[in-house]
Amino acid sequence: MSQVSTSPALGIATKPERRDIGLRRRYAAERRFRLYGMAAIAFGLLFLFLLLFSVVSKGYTAFQQTMITIPIEFSEQIIDKNNERATNPQKLVTANYPVVARNALAKVLGVSEDDRAGLKAVNGMISDSVRVQLRNLVTADPSIIGTTQTVTVLAHGDLDSAFKGQIDLTVPETNRKVSDKQVGWMNQLAESGALSKHFNTGLFTNGASSRPEAAGVGVALIGSLYMMLIVLVLSLPIGVAASIYLEEFAPKNRFTDLIEVNINNLAAVPSIVYGLLGLAVFINFAGFPRSAALVGGLVLTLMTLPTIIIATRAALKAVPPSIRAAALGLGASRMQTVFHHVLPLAMPGILTGTIIGLAHALGETAPLLLIGMVAFVADVPATPMDPATALPVQIYMWANEAERAFVERTSGAIIVLLIFLILMNVGAILLRRRFERRW
Amino acid sequence: MKSLKLTLAALVASAAFAGVAVARDQVQIAGSSTVLPYAKIVAETFAETYPDFKTPIVESGGSSGGLKEFCKGVGPNTIDVANSSRPIKESEIEACKAAGVTEIQEVKIGYDGIVFATDSGNADLKLVPKDLYLGLAAEVVVDGKLVANPYKKWSEVNKDLPDAEIAAYIPGEKHGTREVFEEKILAAGCKEAGALDVIKAAVSDEKEQHAKCVAVRKDGLAVDIDGDYTETLARIAANKSGIGVFGLSFYENNADKLKVATVNGIVPSTETIASGEYPVSRPLFFYVKKAHLGVIPGLKEYVEFFTSDDMIGPDSPLAEYGLVAAPEAEREEIRKAFADGKIM
Repeated sequence: MSQVSTSPALGIATKPERRDIGLRRRYAAERRFRLYGMAAIAFGLLFLFLLLFSVVSKGYTAFQQTMITIPIEFSEQIIDKNNERATNPQKLVTANYPVVARNALAKVLGVSEDDRAGLKAVNGMISDSVRVQLRNLVTADPSIIGTTQTVTVLAHGDLDSAFKGQIDLTVPETNRKVSDKQVGWMNQLAESGALSKHFNTGLFTNGASSRPEAAGVGVALIGSLYMMLIVLVLSLPIGVAASIYLEEFAPKNRFTDLIEVNINNLAAVPSIVYGLLGLAVFINFAGFPRSAALVGGLVLTLMTLPTIIIATRAALKAVPPSIRAAALGLGASRMQTVFHHVLPLAMPGILTGTIIGLAHALGETAPLLLIGMVAFVADVPATPMDPATALPVQIYMWANEAERAFVERTSGAIIVLLIFLILMNVGAILLRRRFERRW
Repeated sequence: MKSLKLTLAALVASAAFAGVAVARDQVQIAGSSTVLPYAKIVAETFAETYPDFKTPIVESGGSSGGLKEFCKGVGPNTIDVANSSRPIKESEIEACKAAGVTEIQEVKIGYDGIVFATDSGNADLKLVPKDLYLGLAAEVVVDGKLVANPYKKWSEVNKDLPDAEIAAYIPGEKHGTREVFEEKILAAGCKEAGALDVIKAAVSDEKEQHAKCVAVRKDGLAVDIDGDYTETLARIAANKSGIGVFGLSFYENNADKLKVATVNGIVPSTETIASGEYPVSRPLFFYVKKAHLGVIPGLKEYVEFFTSDDMIGPDSPLAEYGLVAAPEAEREEIRKAFADGKIM
């Protein structure tokens, strides 16, 4: 490079006509090449920006949820008319809590108890999840029956969409899910401060739900976490052991060549194939439960192994032979050479490969389809043996929902997944920095 | 050395897990994506009403996929319930029997309407099966002869229809909805248009006559949608004059973006579908493994809860979502058939 850039000055100064070495042409070619490169990067950035913009602009509202704070009278008349709760605890479980909440809101809005249509409209403003919320309050402390408590309840998903301006209120009333009356009440409640947007903690703690306002990625987060742990615990040691053996100990012959070709091939096999294998081996043969995070983790382990083995072998190959020669020359055994000298130097490459493999596994849905993890799972899994789902699966399931309020949640879940991926990649960079050695 | 030890530990751990056939304590369901939203609502409400039972797991995967999983065999690592938007086929019952699933109980949950809708900015659309057949069939009759469909615009099919390019987004062949579309629209339209008689003259085999009637044009004007209704909605948003096929409940949730078409002059609604006036509807089912009743905790209660009037009655959450409730007597019959343990 430096020769090329200094010679023109000399050349032009002395004999410009005789020494035509195509400098202009070569400079122009280089400039063009740089432009192509910049155009390619700009193109990539443009699409990255478009992706982020569409996800964030649709999804940021998912982190806030419309809630209604009202004084609720836990009327003994409705919950436990005949005062049987001491003898029959089932009474408190089956009581009609939605009516308790509806009456409370009707009172605030001044809807009379005889106005059936009005009461139905009021009921449509509160999430059905209020049943469990109020029941939990009462079973935790039965003494609140008969008193009035101020409770913050979730607004109905349609009202939430309307409050966030996601429902077009100019279309005729019959063509939308919220009526003019409900919109009027909504504005009235918002003015008095009873209805407002709160941070949506439910998005991170709740499981799947058919009610958008109560749906969250909690189960999916835990499921993904279990699976990542299983993948890490299984594929890292197996993958590293396999590559060390292949790279440092195994004789180089046709058989090991065959193995290498096969590993490279496996890395390119479509992931759905691993799902089929998992269904046949882990569920039908080994008898593991369907939809369990354990099976998902095992399938993803199989899928990640080739990636980790290839990355590890590349990292081991990159360690200069002089290190091995020096160690052997000083009397180290081959195993000591590998574990004391080669492996520590290859560690940054191995860790990067592992985290890229994990990130890949985190984003997979196809292999999970066949082992029953693309499913509606509402209960938080206590162990990896319990049914669970995964983050990308939750995104896919929400994308197929009919309700408007799931649109923002789909993008919200994508944001959560992206944050997860960014954290993993930052971790990879930090680990690489920490272990990086120069020679 | 450390990683060797780790590997061994991991292998031992995975070996310890292996071979443990685990008893399941929640119901597992798979199948039709049309039934999925209803099953989810029931599963969620079921767990809220019976806190002793865990929430059933509901997988998607389509009617055929669900029934295939269902017919894998009996035992805790097979599913208990298959949702289906069409009746189980004879071949599927055979496959079930071969795998040991000999006792299957059929439960009908109600009816689902199939609607045609276009972007909300368009003029009102009045469709009849004949026009849809002429617009979408692979071959139509022109001057008494079967020819490849020559129509490019709806106005060429029927001058009362809009002067717009034919663009229809219909359910793909793996959808349960496709069958209803073929039966109630294409086959009916084929007959009305008089094409059936011409086909009858040409082909003697009845199955082939039917196949010719329901064959959809492959020149790109009728697009098979293999995904869900969300995809159809996106296609309509991109092509404002396109006509899409939706489930009634999906349409009702997106009524601000869509304009529904009448079929034979009838506006689709839960009322017109329940009364049978609106022609394009179909029953929805789920199938239960009798061998799992009493073994899987909550399965019997789930089915009973699903078939109660609180769930599938005319004033229930499912009806609110768009399910068309079966008549009172039929619902009573459904409950009785399940209680009696009637098998197929």
